[in-house]
Amino acid sequence: MQDLALAFSAALHLVGGGDPTLLGIVGLSLAVSLTATLCATLIGAPIGAALAIGRFPGRRTAIVVLNAFMGLPPVVVGLIVYLLLSRAGPLGRYGLLFTPTAMVIAQTFLIAPIVAALTRQVIEDAWREYQEQLTSLGARGVRAALTLLWDTRYSLLTVVLAGFGRAAAEVGAVMIVGGNIAGVTRVMTTAIALETTKGDLPLALALGMILIAIVISVNAAAYAVKQTAQRRYG
Amino acid sequence: MNSTDILPLRLERVAFAAGTRMVLDAVDATFSAGSRTVILGPNGSGKSVLMRLCHGLIAPTSGRVRWNTGDARPAAQAMVFQRPVMLRRSARANIDYALSLRGISPRERRDRSDEALARVGLLGVAGSPARVLSGGEQQRLALARAWAVRPRILFLDEPTANLDPGAARQVESIVQSIHEAGTKVVMTTHNLGQARRLADEILFLQGGRLVETTPAALFFPVPRTPEARAFIEGELPWH
Amino acid sequence: MALIRLLLIALLALPVAAQDRFITVASTTSTEQTGLFGCILPAFKKDTGIDVRVVALGTGQALDMARRGDADIAFVHDRPAEDKFVAEGAGINRKDVMYNDFVIIGPKSDPAKVAGGKDAAAALKKIADAKAPFVSRGDKSGTHAAELRLWKSAGVDLDAAKGPWYRDTGSGMGPALNTASSIGGYILSDRGTWLSFKNKGDLTVVVEGDRVLFNPYGVMLVNPAKHPHVKQADAQRFIDWLVSPAGQKSIADYKIDGQQLFFPSAS
Repeated sequence: MQDLALAFSAALHLVGGGDPTLLGIVGLSLAVSLTATLCATLIGAPIGAALAIGRFPGRRTAIVVLNAFMGLPPVVVGLIVYLLLSRAGPLGRYGLLFTPTAMVIAQTFLIAPIVAALTRQVIEDAWREYQEQLTSLGARGVRAALTLLWDTRYSLLTVVLAGFGRAAAEVGAVMIVGGNIAGVTRVMTTAIALETTKGDLPLALALGMILIAIVISVNAAAYAVKQTAQRRYG
Repeated sequence: MNSTDILPLRLERVAFAAGTRMVLDAVDATFSAGSRTVILGPNGSGKSVLMRLCHGLIAPTSGRVRWNTGDARPAAQAMVFQRPVMLRRSARANIDYALSLRGISPRERRDRSDEALARVGLLGVAGSPARVLSGGEQQRLALARAWAVRPRILFLDEPTANLDPGAARQVESIVQSIHEAGTKVVMTTHNLGQARRLADEILFLQGGRLVETTPAALFFPVPRTPEARAFIEGELPWH
Repeated sequence: MALIRLLLIALLALPVAAQDRFITVASTTSTEQTGLFGCILPAFKKDTGIDVRVVALGTGQALDMARRGDADIAFVHDRPAEDKFVAEGAGINRKDVMYNDFVIIGPKSDPAKVAGGKDAAAALKKIADAKAPFVSRGDKSGTHAAELRLWKSAGVDLDAAKGPWYRDTGSGMGPALNTASSIGGYILSDRGTWLSFKNKGDLTVVVEGDRVLFNPYGVMLVNPAKHPHVKQADAQRFIDWLVSPAGQKSIADYKIDGQQLFFPSAS
């Protein structure tokens, strides 16, 4: 209990003081996770839509596998990306290891399946409602998928948020491929892990509270946007 | 016979099976330009399936759906469903979408959208989100959307089944205008009164079979088959 | 493949300190977590403009990372492992930099009765005989290697003596200390991490000062012959600075609560 109280006041002090190191860490966390979410959406949403609308042999297997990949352990993803980007690995010559770029890559791999699987569900439900009308109008294949992706945009916003939440919360992948280098690849989750190992639990808790507050704010903002838009556009 | 006209549409021994159930059995029919055809029958008679086969949404299990030009699925068709499906955008944008699918230029899309909205009396709500319109307004919008693409043939599947009488009358009047503008109208209904008002020709379906094909002027006073007679007599006035 | 290249190039444009002049150092958690690097690296950067990026891992992992060519320098504290690293051609130009010492930490209640002793190996023997709880890092780190050497010199056959009292956690110094603190167990720790550790709970130093607890740190350049991309000039500059009077003084000046943690040892 005392740790929590200490942590809460430490959190307020940190935020109030505008400590540049903290701001740098928060900024990097947001930059990495938001970029990864964007990339994962650009990759995952079309895949999800294609799986929802397309009919091809092995479709059911693909859906099951994709759903399973939603639960990919972050450390495993981190390890795989590390082996790919290491100098001893196939993409070593780009020197991407221990950079924010590597962290974005790892998180993109981690959350693209989530975005794809959830998009598939959203689009499949919508397709049931829209299929006859869209076919009647002459919208097929890619055109139909794009139309559905736009029409379900508010539900997809929730999907994107789920991806962002997963990215912002994970530590396994970014720790391995980023190396938690001070000022370069240290993000909120790795900073929390570091302070915990150093035994500074109140500070770790404080950082944790800040992280939760940030994620809640992002979700609240998106919820508000969704509500107003739904009320206006149906 | 004009070989660039997609009509007449001929169904040759068209059948449709869902699993082991025969939904439609050996239907022969011809849809020619100029007349309003109403497909009449009780619920479950296969009317909706027949419409979807004609429009090309599903393929027959046996038999052929033959357009005059030999196309498998001509573009100059449109369909209005029992429940209108509108995109999450404005009323005008929904019509614009349908036109853009046919490669029509933006300027012409705008003109045609406004024209179609005006014809169905929805110009005032052109900018409103389509999904917040009332059921009757959405159905009129669906008609505007279908009309804007200037189809040669328009299919309507029980278009007023979910509407109150006032909205239903508005829809019927629009259908009449579309017919007068030269589009072939094919409509299903289980409502005798509506069929009486709108039909030139009746196709009567029961249990998946086309029981009668008769001009409307003759069908109601003197139905030729016992099934048709039973249907007309059994129907209550407010159906 | 072209698409992947395009994507990678786009991602490389992430504007976060990617354009600085920097070297990558694979080092251990003890040097990072004590705050030593946070103190001495800014001095080096001021002198040379070179950013030193430290990835803090256990000694085994750090050397492995250096072997793969993912670092320019290895800076660890396990002399046998360092010699092996140089012998196999993975590293060159090994230099002594500094030392700190290990201490045996234990609960104030001291169930094995080892407090105040001056013989580390003997203390470990008593702990094993008493089957008092003992936390091991178990992570191929320099500290773990030193611990194993101590058991050996105490004549304790770990495999035979192991039991529920010996907790092999496979973790860094901090988490292992956390574990020791919560179960009231004994643990071998480097003094630097212990001094800066903030969750001491009921623990205290029970044995210190034995010469075998002497913990030297060495620095090596990753062999450019094996990994041509290694930033040889800048990395050698860092090594030279570490053993220079200026660097050695920086190390000596670093204190926590007035206590010096690391002692310069470059000759």
